[in-house]
Amino acid sequence: MEQGLTQPVVAPTLSPAARRRQLKEKAIAGFITLMAFTGIAALILIIIFVAKEALALFTEAEARHEASLSKMFLAQDVAPGRPAFRWQPVSKVPKVSMIPLFVGTLKTTAVSMLVAVPLGIFGALFAAEFAPRRLRELLKPVIELLAGIPSVVLGFFALMVMSTFVKDLFAFDRPLNAMVAGLGLALAIVPVIFTVSEDALTAVPRSYREASLALGATPWETAWKVVLPAAAPGILAACVLGFGRAIGETMIVLMASGNADVISWSLGDSARSLSATIAAEMGEVVVGSPHYSLLFFIGVQLFLFTFVLNLMASTWTKRVVKKLTGGAA
Amino acid sequence: MKTFIGSLIAGLLLALPLSAHAGNVTVKGSDTMVILGQRWAEEFMKTTPATKVQVTGGGSGVGLAALQNGTTEIAMSSREIKDAEKQKLRARYNTTGVQIPVAKDGVTFYVNEGNPLTALTVEQLRGIYVGDVTNWKQVGGPDAPIIVYSRENSSGTYVFVKDHVLDGEDYAASAQTLPGTAAVVNAVSKEKNSIGYGGSAYAKGIKELKIKKGNEDIAPSAENIKTGKYPLSRDLYFYLRNKPAGEAKAFIDYALSPEGQAVVTKVGYFPVK
Repeated sequence: MEQGLTQPVVAPTLSPAARRRQLKEKAIAGFITLMAFTGIAALILIIIFVAKEALALFTEAEARHEASLSKMFLAQDVAPGRPAFRWQPVSKVPKVSMIPLFVGTLKTTAVSMLVAVPLGIFGALFAAEFAPRRLRELLKPVIELLAGIPSVVLGFFALMVMSTFVKDLFAFDRPLNAMVAGLGLALAIVPVIFTVSEDALTAVPRSYREASLALGATPWETAWKVVLPAAAPGILAACVLGFGRAIGETMIVLMASGNADVISWSLGDSARSLSATIAAEMGEVVVGSPHYSLLFFIGVQLFLFTFVLNLMASTWTKRVVKKLTGGAA
Repeated sequence: MKTFIGSLIAGLLLALPLSAHAGNVTVKGSDTMVILGQRWAEEFMKTTPATKVQVTGGGSGVGLAALQNGTTEIAMSSREIKDAEKQKLRARYNTTGVQIPVAKDGVTFYVNEGNPLTALTVEQLRGIYVGDVTNWKQVGGPDAPIIVYSRENSSGTYVFVKDHVLDGEDYAASAQTLPGTAAVVNAVSKEKNSIGYGGSAYAKGIKELKIKKGNEDIAPSAENIKTGKYPLSRDLYFYLRNKPAGEAKAFIDYALSPEGQAVVTKVGYFPVK
């Protein structure tokens, strides 16, 4: 200590090479930090922009009159004494009920999840646990290739090929309906669920399988009761990712669902989804009008949906992990 | 590599004054009109290479919004400018804009080739689209439910049909909306009991309905649309902030000239003159 008082501490001298390395290291760290913050800033700016455009709905008198919250979420009189939920924002008396859009979104998303979740998870389980190596090496890239197909192409396929087939198969009245759109969506999200689930399943330590087999469990029991639960958080993440894509996917629903604002739970009826409404109407809407703000408000709602869903999924995942590891991790 | 980047930068610097050159006309708007606009631009630039005409689509509303924001000189629109849009123009530029009809288009109703009907009255079409008529039997066709196709509610054609066929009433909730005329034509060609509408289309598998008026069935032919005899013809417009001047005026003059109007016919619409 005394020495330190009389003789100031001198940083150890570095060789020029070491100093250069240190500088380079710092520069790289700085660059990465900058990139990360740019990403976060972009996200925040997008949220601010979308929310700002939607805000006019609550601040401007004209917009408040045309699209108040009660008009968006409660039944309005379409004809005298005939209340209904309609989405017709360019009518003489604009009708802006969100309910048919919610129903449509839920319908198409539900169909796609019902098809894609089992298909994706069982496909992944097969690829990770049962498929011979050769087959697995073929299966993975083929399914991942499906993920690379632009959604407009999938939508076109649903519109041109699947619509007539599904109509005949289920004897629906209309070729464009929630079922076709949901199946088209399923094509888009199966690869997402498959890939992420497969990664989660292969990441389960080998020792788990060996222990299970050594105790006398069959390969199927091992896969179903040991590997699958151990990979549950990853698989749940896969499903959440798939759900997020299904709810926000626009092009397929826009092309294949028929987009009629009907409220019915029949899969043979048309459905109009939130995202497809934005896509269909943003092109020609009068900028700054209540209709314009309304479309941004739909965007805010979609954002909230996925946000809340992700939050719920991450808390649930934490609980599962805790249960599986007995609170050790 | 260095020389490559160097030449790239030099090239960009050279291109800068070009893009800021006064001989530029920007045209933006209606998707219905974008092919027409591009043909006009092509032909026009052949005779006056000094002027660059840039044509982009996006929709009538997009073009008119660009006009309000000052990002385009000419807006193409398949509908008339709305009051809200006029007010914005007045607030910003102290003008209500200049409207120039440049072509005519007939809105046609399509049915499947297998449908025995050839003509319907405007009242019958209204009944179908409002939802009062739900079976082909009610308008003299076979006993089958009508599958109704419409355009998305921001389309200029949607508004035109709403104003001129439905008398401003709302479309039935069961009317399915599709993005673009091509999608409507395709859907009608595949579904036997369906009906749809759009510009005059030349496609396999569909039939264009005539409009029944009195004892006469009026076909959406060039002659009937030009003379206004066909009841569902509409104008396609150019909108500008102020009276056209300079290069923009030259371009519009060309579009309205006999050669320009011949292009209109070639593209599939109808001349205004």
